[in-house]
Amino acid sequence: MTKVERRRTDGGARAKAVWGSALLAAAVIVLMATAMVTTAPAPTQPPPAQEGFVPVQDVPPDEQLPAAPLVIAAYAVAWIAVVLYLWSIWQRLARVEREMAAVSRRIQGGIRQ
Amino acid sequence: MNRLFPVLALLVAVMLAYAPVMIAGAPYESTMGLVQKIFYFHVPAAMAMFVSAFVCGIASAVYLFGRRPAADRIAVSAAELTALFGVIVLISGPLWARKAWGVWWQWDARLTSTLVLWLIFQAYLLLRRYGGPGSDRLAAGVALFGMANVPFVYWSVNVWRTLHPTTSVLPTLQPGMRGPLWFSVAAFIGLYVLMLGARTRLEQRRAELEELYLAAEE
Repeated sequence: MTKVERRRTDGGARAKAVWGSALLAAAVIVLMATAMVTTAPAPTQPPPAQEGFVPVQDVPPDEQLPAAPLVIAAYAVAWIAVVLYLWSIWQRLARVEREMAAVSRRIQGGIRQ
Repeated sequence: MNRLFPVLALLVAVMLAYAPVMIAGAPYESTMGLVQKIFYFHVPAAMAMFVSAFVCGIASAVYLFGRRPAADRIAVSAAELTALFGVIVLISGPLWARKAWGVWWQWDARLTSTLVLWLIFQAYLLLRRYGGPGSDRLAAGVALFGMANVPFVYWSVNVWRTLHPTTSVLPTLQPGMRGPLWFSVAAFIGLYVLMLGARTRLEQRRAELEELYLAAEE
């Protein structure tokens, strides 16, 4: 290959590379532009004024009454009632025992006199 | 009873501590979801209430016809426990109903008859407290009416149309729900026996105190 032929071949490869780079850059720009257009937020508009109410039978799922507080409340009521009742028995029994001790002392005092 | 009491107390405490674990592991009901878990202590409390009403009625009958003071002590203790378990039933039920039916209360046969049963035992306790001399026998008659009301409460869901589930729910329970329920029932009945023992002991000591006062006056 002569010097002239080699220079022609180098020039062709360089031109191909330039065109390829330009096409790639154009594709990237087109893709980015498309992405920006599709993800851009729509211009916000206030919701239209409500002109009437529409009745439905069921409450929407995200607004339904949660079950967990009701279950916890029911458990709490049961245990509080049982504990308070046991405490009341214990208190009443302690009062009776104190009274019995006092009356027994009185009886024993009377016997000694 | 004195020897058995600590053993039974320990057993019941362990059962009551483990019952929530079993209830949490039970499957959810398809239409009610999480709130149906109230079932596992609403029903045992109702069963304890019914058992207590029967104990009170039978003890009252023994007192009325046999004049045994020990029976009267058991009757008054059981009446108080009927009222206590009635409170648990009448509060846990509406909490369940609010989610399942959308209302706290419905004046249907089961709910109304349960309320009437509870009111009869409140009347018994009020008579015992404020009725004066002879009120123990009058209250024993009221307890018989209370006991007679229990079968009506139980069968009401099968006879009248109500929102409340029928009695066929319990025999047809799936195994995953059956185990936790009957475990809770056993724990609640154990708790009931313990509390009845403790409350009867209080009545016994009160009777002994009365004897002591009489001895002191002499």
